[in-house]
Amino acid sequence: MEPVPIPSQTVGPFFHLGCTAATRSVSDVAGPNAKGERVRLICRVLDGDGQPVNDAMIEIWQANADGKYHHPDDLQEKALDPDCRGFGRLATDENGTCIFETIKPGRVPGNMGKLQAPHLNVSVFGRGILRRLPTRIYFAAEASNSEDPILALVPEERRNTLMAHPDLHSRGHWHFDVHLSGEDETVFFDV
Amino acid sequence: MPKEMTRNITYRRHDPNSQPTSLHPPYRATIRRAPRKPLIVLPHTLSEITGPVYGHDDIAETDSDLTRQHAGEPLGERIILTGDVLDDGGRPVPHTLVEIWQANAAGRYRHQMDEHPAPMDPNFSGAGRTLTDANGRYQFVTIKPGAYPWSNHDNAWRPAHIHFSLFGPAFATRLVTQMYFPGDPLLPYDPIFQSVPDENARQRLISEFDLTTTKPDWALGFRFDIILRGREATPFEA
Ligand SMILES: [Fe+2]
Repeated sequence: MEPVPIPSQTVGPFFHLGCTAATRSVSDVAGPNAKGERVRLICRVLDGDGQPVNDAMIEIWQANADGKYHHPDDLQEKALDPDCRGFGRLATDENGTCIFETIKPGRVPGNMGKLQAPHLNVSVFGRGILRRLPTRIYFAAEASNSEDPILALVPEERRNTLMAHPDLHSRGHWHFDVHLSGEDETVFFDV
Repeated sequence: MPKEMTRNITYRRHDPNSQPTSLHPPYRATIRRAPRKPLIVLPHTLSEITGPVYGHDDIAETDSDLTRQHAGEPLGERIILTGDVLDDGGRPVPHTLVEIWQANAAGRYRHQMDEHPAPMDPNFSGAGRTLTDANGRYQFVTIKPGAYPWSNHDNAWRPAHIHFSLFGPAFATRLVTQMYFPGDPLLPYDPIFQSVPDENARQRLISEFDLTTTKPDWALGFRFDIILRGREATPFEA
């Protein structure tokens, strides 16, 4: 057999059975004892008509507060945090929403010798989504965003689609909307 | 930045024809859900070459045998599903999580949103998970799922399929797909299967009957090898 990677297919409407039922969903990307600034991340998925998508799945992958990934290929001499595995996975509810509990990650090295701004790596799956849609969540008004080598690749007028925004009433709560399509379409990456 | 902070790993890019495009109008749900703006090509940084790691603690023994998750046995044709998870250089992908979910033998999912008026099977949940072994091999025991109707177009039926989810070693290798059965007459009519432009790539979604894993007097064997993206060979790799 020729070694060509297998094609992607949609998760379909019943992915909950295999991916998010019972112990398979993970809302605590970082546990309550993890080091770092607490973040409650309220994500919402909307379709091209602005309607909530109630059968999407969001996965999060992030570094700990020191900017270290819980993974053998992260060779940085930084400490792991046993309370921050850095992975989360939830299905959206009838309002297109899901809520992760985590911490703001530290900065990790990027390309061209530059440090990246704090960010979460995101995969969006769902019925009607034939291949996962990778995106990122940055934190609005973070000073280091202006130095981030990945944000620099994104046309300026679209960068805001990658920003989580702080809730004006609840400290530590951040909102991130994924627009699958339409005028405010989120920036998705070819990973 | 000190040298040991980075490792020059990158993963090979997909041949675009081997993957479905996000927008595939015959699959109607893509119309409101497919992005239309160009994707931004992401260089592979530490964020893309790392990814979640699962261990044996996360898996129970009956997770990989969908016929033993209840007091009784599920109805349907028992099958033994095996395969190798390899990268595109032919190297095994060991100890990686493989998750599956599927309809029962009558084509019904144990899911509140499934409205197909086919019988439920009290002895079948339809979900499994396992880790590949040191050689990248996995095995599930389950039953062959039934075809089921859906509302995409007039008289639309999904071919029998099992959903597969794999992480591989990195964020870059994350993959969700579906496995089909050889000779299924519904495949030519299925817009999800047909969304893959390249014919050869599409054929990789079809499992093969395997007499060597078929157990006499007990179950049919089907083989489904899964190739994930591999690392780009780089002279700088540590
Ligand atoms: Fe399905």
